Amino acid sequence: MGSLIKSGGVSGAILSRIATNDQHGENSEYFDGWKAYDKDPFHLSRNPHGIIQMGLAENQLCLDLIKDWIKENPKASVCTPEGVYQFSDIANFQDYHGLKEFRQAIANFMGKARGGRVTFDPERIVMSGGATGANETIMFCLADPGDVFLVPSPYYAAFDRDLRWRTGVEIVPVHCSSSNNFKLTVEAVEWAYKKAVQSNKNVKGLLFTNPSNPLGTILDKDTLKNLVRFVTRNNIHLVVDEIYAATVFAGENFASVAEVVKDLDSSEVNVDLIHIVYSLSKDMGLPGFRVGIVYSYNDSVVSCARKMSSFGLVSSQTQFMLASMLSDDSFVDNFLMESSKRLGIRHGVFTLGLKKADINCLISTAGLFVWMDLRHLLRVRNSFESEIELWHIIIDKVKLNVSPGSSFQCTEPGWFRVCFANMDDDTLHVALRRIQDFVSKNSNKTAEKASDNDKLIQNNNAKKQKWKQSNLRLSFRRLYEDGLSSPGIMSPHSPLLRT
Amino acid sequence: MKQLSTKVTSNGHGQDSSYFLGWEEYEKNPYDEIKNPNGMIQMGLAENQLCFDLIESWLAKNPDAASLKRKGQSIFKELALFQDYHGMPEFKKAMAEFMEEIRGNRVTFDPKKIVLAAGSTSANENLMFCLAEPGDAFLLPTPYYPGFDRDLKWRTVAEIVPIHCSSSNGFQITESARQQAYQQAHKLGLKVKGVLVTNPSNPLGTALTRRELTLLVDFITSKNIHLISDEIYSGTMFGFEQFISVMDVLKDKKLENTEVSKRVHVVYSLSKDLGLPGFRVGAIYSNDDMIVSAATKMSSFGLVSSQTQYLLSALLSDKKFTSQYLEENQKRLKSRQKRLVSGLESAGITCLRSNAGLFCWVDMRHLLDTNTFEAELDLWKKIVYNVKLNISPGSSCHCTEPGWFRVCFANMSEDTLDLALKRLKTFVESTDCGRMISRSSHERLKSLRKKTVSNWVFRVSWSDRVPDER
Repeated sequence: MGSLIKSGGVSGAILSRIATNDQHGENSEYFDGWKAYDKDPFHLSRNPHGIIQMGLAENQLCLDLIKDWIKENPKASVCTPEGVYQFSDIANFQDYHGLKEFRQAIANFMGKARGGRVTFDPERIVMSGGATGANETIMFCLADPGDVFLVPSPYYAAFDRDLRWRTGVEIVPVHCSSSNNFKLTVEAVEWAYKKAVQSNKNVKGLLFTNPSNPLGTILDKDTLKNLVRFVTRNNIHLVVDEIYAATVFAGENFASVAEVVKDLDSSEVNVDLIHIVYSLSKDMGLPGFRVGIVYSYNDSVVSCARKMSSFGLVSSQTQFMLASMLSDDSFVDNFLMESSKRLGIRHGVFTLGLKKADINCLISTAGLFVWMDLRHLLRVRNSFESEIELWHIIIDKVKLNVSPGSSFQCTEPGWFRVCFANMDDDTLHVALRRIQDFVSKNSNKTAEKASDNDKLIQNNNAKKQKWKQSNLRLSFRRLYEDGLSSPGIMSPHSPLLRT
Repeated sequence: MKQLSTKVTSNGHGQDSSYFLGWEEYEKNPYDEIKNPNGMIQMGLAENQLCFDLIESWLAKNPDAASLKRKGQSIFKELALFQDYHGMPEFKKAMAEFMEEIRGNRVTFDPKKIVLAAGSTSANENLMFCLAEPGDAFLLPTPYYPGFDRDLKWRTVAEIVPIHCSSSNGFQITESARQQAYQQAHKLGLKVKGVLVTNPSNPLGTALTRRELTLLVDFITSKNIHLISDEIYSGTMFGFEQFISVMDVLKDKKLENTEVSKRVHVVYSLSKDLGLPGFRVGAIYSNDDMIVSAATKMSSFGLVSSQTQYLLSALLSDKKFTSQYLEENQKRLKSRQKRLVSGLESAGITCLRSNAGLFCWVDMRHLLDTNTFEAELDLWKKIVYNVKLNISPGSSCHCTEPGWFRVCFANMSEDTLDLALKRLKTFVESTDCGRMISRSSHERLKSLRKKTVSNWVFRVSWSDRVPDER
């Protein structure tokens, strides 16, 4: 999209290309779903037929723990009678190094979120405006306009904005496919790298989210090691966005790139190339507080990112509170354990419910969402048009906001990211019920009869008021009785991916 | 292959300037009344520490806001999850009304045209990203805030072309200086996208007159470019006059809702007026919907923490508090400025007459060995290392005349200010120049005062003069 010329002729007043192009990516379907939700948001009592938000990767499961801690620790706020004696010092504090206690607390939390297998140096902790700010900042530090970063797809939709919009950096996707469960392989990265270099692109690095958004999977340690070796061999950067590090609820331990840096011999890893992006938005469910972190093993990058942090410092009021909260070891230990447990239960309930509707998801052990396989529901197999059509049906008729795979640059139509941690149990039941109803009405129809589909979905809507509790509730209760509430245990009912 | 970006390897962040080096020196040896009485006194940081007690007593009376509650109910969860880049509506409404109050309620601000940012640092950068392509230029009157080199140019790759102002007319912006800057930009092959002024000015501490603002609006109208008015110090006006905003001028000229008004943008922040730089609250105000839209998306990179938005929306919605605060803030700033000015006078040092800001623009030209920037830097080093005062040399603010320094007065206690003045006086008297001055100080001050008064008369009675070159 070209820039719009303002009336008045003379070129001086035209806005920048950045302001007028759509590189911010907000015209994508990803945001359309949110807009539809905003117009008709579900509420259990006030708007029970509204759209249920399943497109927002929020973690609402443990906010009660944080709320209780804040209540019990009034000194952590500079505004309460107990804490106001600190008000002027904190309100005045704008040093871009950040409060020392804050950095120490963050380093402490990051280490614990990784099971204590690594420690982080508070001196390398640099603030940013959420992970959004952190990712943009790291791009500004590592790449010039026109440079390329390889990013495995499917990837977080807003990377198009965060990595590219104002930086001028290009993303070249490394496409992953369902044939191997969307696993990122060194071979795929190598192939994409060679291809980019052959097309005269200046590849500056590789960036990926681990645990993955939207897949919810974690990268195995061996592959991570090999990727670190790969970037070192080719002298390109590795940025790992570990924003979901503490959302692991089952399976193997999460291996942070920090662990790999520690384990590998210095001949195998050039630490100047390794950078981590972090945030408290997902692990703690505090996106409103805008806590983003850039952590780099490269001193020049730390120094530069720190200067750039002036553009997105964490409010000192927030730094102060979190410094106190995250240095409370017993709180942090309990929080991490409880969070993992609740996510595991939620994931189990949801995937079991989906299985009842013959819907499978990619096996995942982390994240706040599942990667749902609806390829069999596409009107025309392998068609993105059909994916968007199906997506509109899900929003408009089933009344769920989910995110179509194409908005994540997935190359295979029919996959959807569906969030499960941003609502209460009752809402989750309603969502599952709606999905089950939709699928059961749909299952007898052939793919070509699209118009008949529509009629059925309309009928289905009319019956929604009578959602029966019995089947689903029983399963839910059984899950608890079966001991699925223990943390770290892979649900025995997790559906295998249909290949 | 070059490993890092050019932004890392260049020094576009501007932090090698003396402005920032002085801060570093202060960090190594900071003054403390009890613990380090011989340490360096920080006079290079434009903070407003004079009115925290007012905010603290408000907090004591407003426990709901203080503890993340609304009508006694915890809204913690709501705040924890609130990341809408449109910002909290009640916060933007409160900001708009606060900005109106500062301008005597003569103009209105529509909350929907406010875009929040993480401090005016972020607001200014976002606005640049919206208005300028890499290589485009903005004209800025000198001297200007040293941080602009970073905020406006570093990551945006925009350029600043100075509009040179001089002491001959109290550093006012003249027609010829403006035109010269515009032509200079063209000579350098740069496309001029607009003018940016800080009003009241940092580092001068003076507010632009209605006349100056009118001429600026005329200028940008004729050139079809933008005008950014950074009004971050609008609430620090303590002189006899009211603060005149560029919005006042648009209203007076009946330019509201015109194409021109879409090219006039205001930047604001709570860092100076309320003394809350740590909370990172900045804002862009624009009449151009496309800019509001683009800047709103960009604000994702630096949103204001929701707990801070909530606290401040409660604070600023309390009209009784805001009117008392603004009045008291003014009073205290005025008294503090007077203290600095008279203390300097007794050391034979004058300042540009100021009516706003948290600092004075101090004339130390007579203390220079030679009329050069090298001499200014030498003097600065003596003041930093020997006198142990961190003040900001004019060269770091791109001043074209050596010998001017910005000295802050609102970021310390009265006692500390007195001590700083004592040290300075001792230093001045120890220099040759100082000795000369103290001998003829009476005569000199008399003539200086006359000159100062006539400068002052010059500024306010502008409208009576023939509108030619100032």
